[in-house]
Amino acid sequence: MTETVAPPKPLVVEEGKPQKGWIGQNVPRKEDKRLVQGEGVFFDDIRRHEMGYVHFVRSPYAHARIKSVDVSKALELKEVYGTLTGDEVAILTDPFFELSIPPGAHMKDYALAVGRVRFVGEPVAAVVASTRELARDAAELIEVDYEPLTPLVDARKAQDDDAPILHEEAGSNVVWEGVFDWGDFDAAVAEADHVVKIKELHFDRFSSTPLECSGCLVEYNRGTGQWTMYCNHQMPGVGAIWMAPALRVGIDKLRFVTQDIGGAFGNKICLHPYFVACCLLARKLNRAVQWTEWRTDQHTANAHGNERWFQEIEVPVKSDGTMLGFKVKAVDDCGAFPRYEPLGCIIWAQVTPGCYRWRNIRVDFTQVTTNKSPVSPNRGYSRMQHLWFTERVVDIVASELGLDPVEVRKRNYVKHEEFPYETPNGCVYDSGDYARCLDIALELVGYDSIDERRAEAESRGKLLGVGIGSTLDSGTNNFGQSTLLNPDLQFSGNNEVATVKLDIFGEIVVTLGTVPQGQGHETTAAQVVSDILGCTPDDVNVRPGHDTYWNSHAGLSGTYASQFAVTGLGAVKGAADMLAGEMKKLASVVLGCTPDDVELAEGRARLKANPEVALPFMALGAILNANNAGLPEDLEITLNCRYMYRPYFELPDKERKFGNLTLTYATQIHACVVEIDPETGVYEIVDYAAVDDCGVRIHPQIVEGQVHGATAQALGAATHETFPYDEDGNLLTPNFYDYHVPHALDMPPMKTGYIESASPFTPLGAKGMGEGGGAGIHAVCAALQNALQSRGKPIVTDSCNPYHRIWSLLRDPDASREGLEVTAS
Amino acid sequence: MVDVNGAEYEREVDARRLLIHFVRDDLGLTGSHIGCDTGNCGACSMIVDGTLVKSCMMLAVQADGARIETVEGLAENGELSGLQQAFSDKHALQCGYCTPGMLMSATALLRSNPNPSEEEVRKGIQGNICRCTGYVNIVEAIKSMGEAS
Repeated sequence: MTETVAPPKPLVVEEGKPQKGWIGQNVPRKEDKRLVQGEGVFFDDIRRHEMGYVHFVRSPYAHARIKSVDVSKALELKEVYGTLTGDEVAILTDPFFELSIPPGAHMKDYALAVGRVRFVGEPVAAVVASTRELARDAAELIEVDYEPLTPLVDARKAQDDDAPILHEEAGSNVVWEGVFDWGDFDAAVAEADHVVKIKELHFDRFSSTPLECSGCLVEYNRGTGQWTMYCNHQMPGVGAIWMAPALRVGIDKLRFVTQDIGGAFGNKICLHPYFVACCLLARKLNRAVQWTEWRTDQHTANAHGNERWFQEIEVPVKSDGTMLGFKVKAVDDCGAFPRYEPLGCIIWAQVTPGCYRWRNIRVDFTQVTTNKSPVSPNRGYSRMQHLWFTERVVDIVASELGLDPVEVRKRNYVKHEEFPYETPNGCVYDSGDYARCLDIALELVGYDSIDERRAEAESRGKLLGVGIGSTLDSGTNNFGQSTLLNPDLQFSGNNEVATVKLDIFGEIVVTLGTVPQGQGHETTAAQVVSDILGCTPDDVNVRPGHDTYWNSHAGLSGTYASQFAVTGLGAVKGAADMLAGEMKKLASVVLGCTPDDVELAEGRARLKANPEVALPFMALGAILNANNAGLPEDLEITLNCRYMYRPYFELPDKERKFGNLTLTYATQIHACVVEIDPETGVYEIVDYAAVDDCGVRIHPQIVEGQVHGATAQALGAATHETFPYDEDGNLLTPNFYDYHVPHALDMPPMKTGYIESASPFTPLGAKGMGEGGGAGIHAVCAALQNALQSRGKPIVTDSCNPYHRIWSLLRDPDASREGLEVTAS
Repeated sequence: MVDVNGAEYEREVDARRLLIHFVRDDLGLTGSHIGCDTGNCGACSMIVDGTLVKSCMMLAVQADGARIETVEGLAENGELSGLQQAFSDKHALQCGYCTPGMLMSATALLRSNPNPSEEEVRKGIQGNICRCTGYVNIVEAIKSMGEAS
C-alpha cells in the first residue's frame, strides 16, 4: 500500500538547452556532511555563559480583559532573573506598524498583551530563570486576573451587529476590504449559456508545522546598544523593519544570525513580537536570554495559515465548456492580529484566473480578525487558497454540467503558444505548458485504464475516484502590490544581495542575503559560482546561513515566496560575474595583456591563446590582498564583489488594481486516485503523480525533493491536518497527538515527472518552485468528489476532508449541494 | 554515570531532567533534537542499551549506567557511515532537523533487520516525523542499505 513506484520509463521532456558545467547536475549537497553527523548549528544549540531561559505566561482565554498581572511570587524564587509584563512593553515600545489602511491600521499589536488578550496562548508576561524547568515553574507563580469576554471564532459572523469587537481602537473586526473587478463580469453572464452558482466553499486552517519550533538567543551589547539574535527568523529584512521602530532604535542595532534552520515554510516570518520581548529582557536583565518555543505553543500561538471562506460564487459557462470567469465574495480569517496578513488580501491576485484563460472576474474581498491564533504566510501563501477555489470551481462546474474534468481543463487552460500571457489584472505568466504537464500526470497514474480500475474497485466494494490539481507557484513578488492594499506603503519591486570574494589564499567565499531552511542554497550557489569562475563547487565556500554583519542583505532579504533560484541565485550570478571581471583585469595587468585575452578555467586565470600562461587563483588573491606594490593606481578592483539583483517591475495601477505582481510562474499539475470505503468514509490514496515545471532546474534532485515535500504537506492538509476551535476559542489540535501530520506509513506511492519551460525573465531561466501551490489539496478534493459521484453527487466544499467528513457526504449528499444551482443565462 | 558513544560522563542531575535535555544541555551533544513535547516526533531518538528510545520520554536518571548511542557516534574517524552517506546520496534530508533521529531509528532497524522491505522500512521510521521530504528519499536511502548488505 505504500510502495513508492518509479515511472516505468522516465517521463522526462526537456525543453531547456543542454547546460554545460555544474548547473543542472545533482552535485552532493554541501550542507549534508554536517547535518548527517549532528553537527549542524540550530539556534537552540547555542549557549552563552550565565544565559537565562525565557518562558512565556500565556492566556487561557480566547478573549478577556486583563485586570492585573502580579509577578512578585515568581521573583521571589532563587535563580529567577526577572520578568516582563505587558504594561512594561507598552511603555518601552511602540506598537508594530500595521500594513493595512483603516480599520486595520488602528489595531494595536505589541510584543505582549496590553490590557486585553485576544487568543488562547497569547503571551501575557515573560519570566527568565537559570533553567528551562525553573522558568516554567516561575511562570506558574505569575498571577493574572482576567475578566472573560465573549469570543469570536467564526469569521462569517465578524461583521454581525452583535459580534464582539476585538480591537476597540479600530471599531470593527474588519482589517481590510476591497473589490477587484476585471473584464466585464455582467457581460460574461450575458454571453454564457449557463451560470453555475455555489453557495459556500471553505479553505481550512492548518500550518506546515516545521519540526524545529521558533526561537532565539539574544545578547545585548550595552556599550553599543546593539542586539544580536541567534535565531531562525526566515525574513530578517522585514523582521528588522518591524522591530526597529517598535524598539525605537535604528535598524543597524538589530543583528540577525542564522545557520541551520529546521524548516520554516513561512511560519517563521512573524516572530517579531517574541523577539522584541526577548530583546527587552536581554537589555533589562543585562544577560543573554534564550527562548525556545514549545511545540504546543507553536501550534497554539505562533502562526497558522489563512482560513478563507468563498461565498456566493457565480461562474458563467458556455455550452462547449468554455468558462468566462467568476464572481466570489471572499472572507479571510487572519486570527487575532493582522501582522503580515493584509498582504494576503492582495497576494492571491498573482494567480487571479489560476491556470485558466478567464477574463471576467469580480472578487469582493474582506479580511477580518477573530479570537484565534494569528496567521502568517504558510507554504503556498494566499495563492494556494485561491487556486484551491479555482480548482473546486472547475470540478463542480464540470460535474454539474456533465463535462469531462480533463477536457474542460484543457479547453480553459492558458495555451502553450500564448506565453508570455497577460492575465485580466495585468500579471504576466512567463512560460509553461499546462496541457502537456496534465498529460504526463495522467499517464503516470494510468488514466487510460481508469474505468477498468473503477469497476475493479467496485467489485471490492470500494468507490474509486480520480482528481486533478492544476496550480501555479508564483515567485519573486513585486512588493508594489502592497500599494493596492495601502497606497501609502513605501514598498515596491524586489531585491536580493550576495557577495563573492577571492580571498588571500585563493579561497572563493560567498555570502548570501537569503536565509536557507533546507533548500540547499550553499550547494546551488556554489554551482552557479563555479560555472562562472571556472572551478568546482568544492572550491567554493558558501557561508551557511545569514548574518546581518556580512552586509550581504537588503530590505527585502529572506527566504520566502518561491524566489531563491531567481533572486538569490541572480544576486550570486551578478556578484560572480563582477568578480570574474576583476580577476581577469588583475590577471591582464600581471600577464601584460587585455582582460579579453584572459579566461578563467580549472582554477586559474590563463591566456586564451596559450593556456600554459596562467595564474592560479591563489596568486591573484595574494597579489591584491597582500602583495600589491607596483599595481597601477587606476586598477580599481577589490576582489570582493557585492551585487544586488533587482528584477524589473513597475508600480501597479492602484485604481484598476492592475499590474505585474510576480516575475515567474512555476507549474504543478498533480493527479490523484483514491478509493473510498462507502460504509465508513475511510479512504486511501492509491496512486499519485506530481508533474513540475519550474524552468531550468539548477539541481534536479533538490527540485524533486521540494516537490515531494510540498506534496506531502498538501496531502496532510487535504486529509487530516486542521486547526479547529471550539465555541470558546480553544484550539483542539495543539500538538502532534491531535494534529496528525503524515508519517512514513501515511504517504501514498508517489510518481514524479517534469518538463522545463525556461523563464524568459530570469537570469538563469529558472523559476522559484518550493511552495508548490497546494496542488495535492486540490487533487485530493477532486478525486474524493469524483469517487462520490454515484452516491448522490455530493460536492466537496472544504479543503480538509478527514474520514468523518466523507462519511457525512455519503450519508447526506444533499447537504453539500445546498445552494448549488445551474441556471440558463 | 552514562556512556555516550564510548565516552563516560558523570553528572548530578535533577530528578525531573529529561534524558534529551541532559544530553543536549549538560553534555553539549546537540546533534539530537527536540521537535515536540509529547513524544510524537522522534527527533530525539537515541539507542539506549541497544534499544531505540525517544529520549524526551525518559528521565536522565533512568539512564544511569546505560550505554547510549547518538548521531554523533555514527561516523568513524570523520568518515560517514554507509547509512549517513546514503542519506546524502539519495537526498534524504533537506533542513536536517529530523535527520539525527531518523538515522538512529534506521540504525536500530537495520541492526534487527538488515534487509528490510519497503513496508518494514516505513514501519521502522513511523515514529519519526519529517516535514520536508515526504519520506520518499529517506525510505530509498534506508532501503539501499538493505540492498547493499
